[in-house]
Amino acid sequence: MNKEGQIRIPSGCAISGIFSRSGSRFDGERIIKSISTMHDRSNGLGGGFAGYGIYPDYKDYYAFHIFYDSTAAKEECEKLLDRRFDIINLSKIPTRKTNRITDEPLIWRYFVTPLPTKLSESQLDEDEFTTRCVIHINTKVPGAYVFSSGKNMGVFKAVGFPEDVGYFYRLEDYEGHCWTAHGRYPTNTPGWWGGAHPFALRDFSIVHNGEISSYDTNRRYIEMFGYRCTLLTDTEVITYIVDFLLRKRGLTLEETAQVIAAPFWSTIEKKPPEEQEILTYLRNTFSSLLITGPFSVLLGFSGGIMALNDRLKLRSMVIGEKDDMVYLASEECAIRVIAPELDRFWSPKGGEPAIFTLNGGENHAD
Amino acid sequence: MNIDAFAFDFQELNKEIKSSGQEELNIDNCMGQRYIGCGLSRGSLRIRGVPGNALGAYLNGADITVHGNAQDSVGDTMNEGKISIHGSCGDTPGYAMRGGKIFIRGNAGYRAGIHMKSYRDKCPVMVIGGSAGSFLGEYQAGGRIIVLGLGSDQPCPVGYFCGTGMHGGKIFLRCGQLPASLPDQVNAKLADDVDLQEIEEDIRQFCAEFDLDRETILDHPFHVLTPNTKNPYRQLYVHC
Repeated sequence: MNKEGQIRIPSGCAISGIFSRSGSRFDGERIIKSISTMHDRSNGLGGGFAGYGIYPDYKDYYAFHIFYDSTAAKEECEKLLDRRFDIINLSKIPTRKTNRITDEPLIWRYFVTPLPTKLSESQLDEDEFTTRCVIHINTKVPGAYVFSSGKNMGVFKAVGFPEDVGYFYRLEDYEGHCWTAHGRYPTNTPGWWGGAHPFALRDFSIVHNGEISSYDTNRRYIEMFGYRCTLLTDTEVITYIVDFLLRKRGLTLEETAQVIAAPFWSTIEKKPPEEQEILTYLRNTFSSLLITGPFSVLLGFSGGIMALNDRLKLRSMVIGEKDDMVYLASEECAIRVIAPELDRFWSPKGGEPAIFTLNGGENHAD
Repeated sequence: MNIDAFAFDFQELNKEIKSSGQEELNIDNCMGQRYIGCGLSRGSLRIRGVPGNALGAYLNGADITVHGNAQDSVGDTMNEGKISIHGSCGDTPGYAMRGGKIFIRGNAGYRAGIHMKSYRDKCPVMVIGGSAGSFLGEYQAGGRIIVLGLGSDQPCPVGYFCGTGMHGGKIFLRCGQLPASLPDQVNAKLADDVDLQEIEEDIRQFCAEFDLDRETILDHPFHVLTPNTKNPYRQLYVHC
């Protein structure tokens, strides 16, 4: 079978997120219930979750979740990890057998920190050092794929319906203050474990419903900065764009949204002069990072979550708020099923980010 | 007859509705089931909970009432009948509808009435009580869209790009101020008595449906938007 990256077929999908602004932690059962309500939006070719705050005992270490096709791939990858990182803990990720999830790769988890000597030799900060290592493994070590690499967060994904993926990974055993979920209906790629959502790079994770028509423009630009798009999926390129704009260029989340879902020139013209100046600057400077075509995404990051639609709002997104909890989903039913009573229920406008952060946090992903 | 929808997926629920043979059905505990009442020609459905996308798609004469919100694509391509939403609805209500009436007490999302059309004796009508999102009446080819702006604090209760691509039908906006920008291909003017006569019956029905005062609603300026056939479209989405 052709895998992700070898073939591109022209997505329905479902996304959902739950976030506690006070940072209170809850297990993965509610997010499974939410995403499973939208079962018909996916077709069993991919499901996944991201949980934030799930590894408090190891919160200062990068948690690598890795798929291996073979023990040979595992040995090669571990050798590479050993040369660059101090591995504090490693184990198989616990899973549960179900006949609805089959053909699983080897799935391992490593808590790591860059070796101080290697890090100082590299003259990079630890985030950049780690990012480069992840990209290196994913492009240079055949049969190994790092699908999660953040601190105090983790991605769990597979080929299957999301509710089965949640059951498979025993998400009831993890507690986080933020969860996102995805049910996949792949239209451009065949559906492989690595290609399921969320797609993550360090603590940034993206779940995405849509079909990006600017994919190749975005890819060519972002690859100039050392990123390598290996999967041909829209979601991968969005994740790299977010990392580039937020971390490397230091933009705020709002500014990042104004780049990737830039308003039309005709809309910019109607804004007050100062705002016009900023919007024009961002659109001109990062014109190759404008994402066109329909999308709705949830961006998870340490300390918060952002929802964003394409500027034409060609995909649905609704938000419910109740006390300190925020619920974000493709459909209202996915929220009401876990939170029937809400203080506020609304839809963000196309291109207007909805950003929620832990109490006292800034609207900035760093 | 009552149906508890919670345990049903969308196919089972629709089969249950169609095989019931009942004129009046109450459907409780809806949780996102799609296509409820699709193609239904007669009878009435009263829905509680959250009906899924494409509620009443291809509706052909039946009467649907939702005591709460509805999701996307209410009345997609409907032909005849009535859908009343006591809450708000998601994007694209009335998508390509060509007959019947949709009444939404609250707000509508993006692209309400996109590609609505009339056909021979058919003239679809959609009344939105609150405000509508961007692209209201995009590519409208016929029928009437009425936005009342009740409870809206905006000077005009619609978003950007209202009437883009409009080439038939009418949009009535209950507001003293026009949308910030309208395409050159759309004419706009204050509605006069002759214009208002056209929507009198729609407003009466809307008010009866949701127990609202008709006089209060009509005692307010309306604008009416129609396509300008003398100014055809060229390169609509280029360089924007």
